[in-house]
Amino acid sequence: MIPIFDYILLIFLIVAAVISLKVKDLLSASMVFGIYSFLICLLWAEMGAVDVAFTEAAVGAGVSAVFLIATVYNTKRRSSD
Amino acid sequence: MLEFIQDNIQPYFNYWVYVILMMIGLWATIAKNNLIKKLIGMSIFQTAIILFYVSVGVKGEGSKIPIVNPYTEAKSAEVVGADQHGEHGAKGGGEKYIVEPDNYANPLPHVLMLTAIVVGVATLGVALAVVQMLFKEFGTLEEDEILAQIKNADSASPDV
Amino acid sequence: MKWIALIAVTLTGSLLLFGVGDFPEWGDPHSPANQGPKLKSGEQVSKAVSQDFLTETYEVTKVPNVVTAVLADYRGYDTMFETVVVFAAGLAIFAILRVFGDGSDTPPMRAVEDDTFVEGDHSRIIIGTTCKLLIPIIQLFALYVIAHGHYSPGGGFQGGVIMGASFILLAIARDLKSALDWFSEKNFMTLASVGILIYAGLGVLCQFFERNFLDYGALKVFMISSDHPEQMARSYSMLGVEIGVAFTVTAIMFAIYANLSSRGELKEGL
Repeated sequence: MIPIFDYILLIFLIVAAVISLKVKDLLSASMVFGIYSFLICLLWAEMGAVDVAFTEAAVGAGVSAVFLIATVYNTKRRSSD
Repeated sequence: MLEFIQDNIQPYFNYWVYVILMMIGLWATIAKNNLIKKLIGMSIFQTAIILFYVSVGVKGEGSKIPIVNPYTEAKSAEVVGADQHGEHGAKGGGEKYIVEPDNYANPLPHVLMLTAIVVGVATLGVALAVVQMLFKEFGTLEEDEILAQIKNADSASPDV
Repeated sequence: MKWIALIAVTLTGSLLLFGVGDFPEWGDPHSPANQGPKLKSGEQVSKAVSQDFLTETYEVTKVPNVVTAVLADYRGYDTMFETVVVFAAGLAIFAILRVFGDGSDTPPMRAVEDDTFVEGDHSRIIIGTTCKLLIPIIQLFALYVIAHGHYSPGGGFQGGVIMGASFILLAIARDLKSALDWFSEKNFMTLASVGILIYAGLGVLCQFFERNFLDYGALKVFMISSDHPEQMARSYSMLGVEIGVAFTVTAIMFAIYANLSSRGELKEGL
């Protein structure tokens, strides 16, 4: 655990979460959600949970963003809110 | 104000952020109109829970990752016999390692959360499949438009 | 709806933040979660189970990575049914989204943009060649992660997802058709079932030697030349279990992508 790194990452995390919910373009929202997943992966590596960080890097930042993009491609890209 | 932050927020900052992220996710799941935004909110809610669990398992600045290195751990002088540990004991006399548990991060929350992430992405896939089917049926991803279409269909044929 | 949500969120959030002050400080090594419950006088009631995991795991299983050992051995039931959940999610996607037939009766929901691919489009060539070089390395790394999960971070879930991602990369870089030539629908659904069968089969195999389900120590009869037959049996059984998990996760990750990207037709992807 590295406290300063932890605080900075947590603040970034809130910012990324808010942006991914505020952006009206769903493709951008999916990408920002990928960034959110990557930040939280860094956070877990910092807290010593390396296995969880590894899983999150593969699953959250990789595959789940691809799933979201595949759905956005097959449906609509604009969102009303 | 500064004292309040130092006393009440700084030592608990992970827990504050977990509550904030969880509430962002909850708000998105209830109030957002777009179905994909709802699913992103659901995922944020899930990561907030995982953040809470992993934060519980942290053990101070000196703690290491939960991988025991047998070559750097001290060995105890005693040789473990088969009778001492029952059937789990080392046959033929292995060395006993003295592992100090306070030096390592708590592995139990990590195990619980590792499987939760993979199951989370599988359920996200199912949810996205349902979203695609809804889009095929109604041609939109907005919740209010889908509800209006269902209402219209109900009022058009009241018998069904 | 927004006002109801705002009220609910504010109420829940303030209650939870009120409770945060009663937690032990972040990173406290003496918190109840790390050292077991304590009385108000500071007397220890019992030890936390995680301490036993850390001190005993290496002796009992010869696996340095405690997380893998707890995941595949101590909590074997839990992991087995998590794998079943992943498998069930794959089946659910199949049931929800998959459509059979040539799909000519349903009009395409979105006009296919042909102008992205023109004659002499070199970006496709660059991407295709790069992926041709990259995919074997990714798959090799996935196998390393699966096989080395005992000694370093990794294991069946991570390696399976990386392996599935390599097929997804192939499907994105070229098209879904060429990925399905490598890894057809029949193959991946079979592989997913085989993964769970490996896991459950190892558990049942233990029962033949008069031990409990998933008590890997029973397999020590196969460890003929080892000094520590019981420990090594548990170590190698964990590897077998991780391979089963990796099979299921690989197959289901690719199945979910293939169905989501082609609207269940398995014809053309992204």
